[in-house]
Amino acid sequence: MMSVRVQHEDFDVGREIAQLRQGNPQIGAVASFVGVVRDLNEGSAVATMTLEHYPGMTEKAVGKIIDEAKGRWQVYDALVIHRIGTLAPLDQIVLVVVSSAHRGDAFAACEFIMDYLKTQAPFWKKEETPGGARWVEARASDDEAAQRWQQKS
Amino acid sequence: MIKVLYFAGLREATGCAAESLPLPDGVADVQGVIDLLRARGGAWAEALAEAKRVRAAVNQDLAQGQSAVRDGDELAFFPPVTGG
Repeated sequence: MMSVRVQHEDFDVGREIAQLRQGNPQIGAVASFVGVVRDLNEGSAVATMTLEHYPGMTEKAVGKIIDEAKGRWQVYDALVIHRIGTLAPLDQIVLVVVSSAHRGDAFAACEFIMDYLKTQAPFWKKEETPGGARWVEARASDDEAAQRWQQKS
Repeated sequence: MIKVLYFAGLREATGCAAESLPLPDGVADVQGVIDLLRARGGAWAEALAEAKRVRAAVNQDLAQGQSAVRDGDELAFFPPVTGG
């Protein structure tokens, strides 16, 4: 199983995890990651940010990332929720949840999915700062985080 | 015809979100389409300049310069992604 959701609405982490685990006694570990809007980026205060994506490609790209994770680790189920639209500091942006028999696989698959999402899923952020609106620049550190996983295979 | 989509800063710089383009004879890959668009000059040449590190997708899969483009394909250009 896997699901990918792109939505304007917020998400309830507890409810999503409960749904993912429901009725599966084989699950021994659930790892999750929540990305949140910070109030400071590249030295500037961030009032709000607006996220856009490429409908269709997003779902396809994240689906492929999850498939890749399932090929590398023992994973029962994976869920990715990514919000779009206008968000403010403290808001949740992204959720990744992975269920597995054991924690090692759950942790690794969750981090892998997030690292690949950062560099391959077609989302873009535009920030409102005191100096005006600006598109967020991609970070070299995100590319490096994704490349780590290539060396392992 | 191919469908070409532009996202984020690239859409703003070119003032274009989507267009249909006839695929000229001899243009068969992503780089060929980029060259075609750069030849429009002005904002197009600037937005698609080498230094902008523009990314491309063909039929919603990430693509390289040498990736094939055929009639009926959906091609997209965008800046490096910044989600998550």
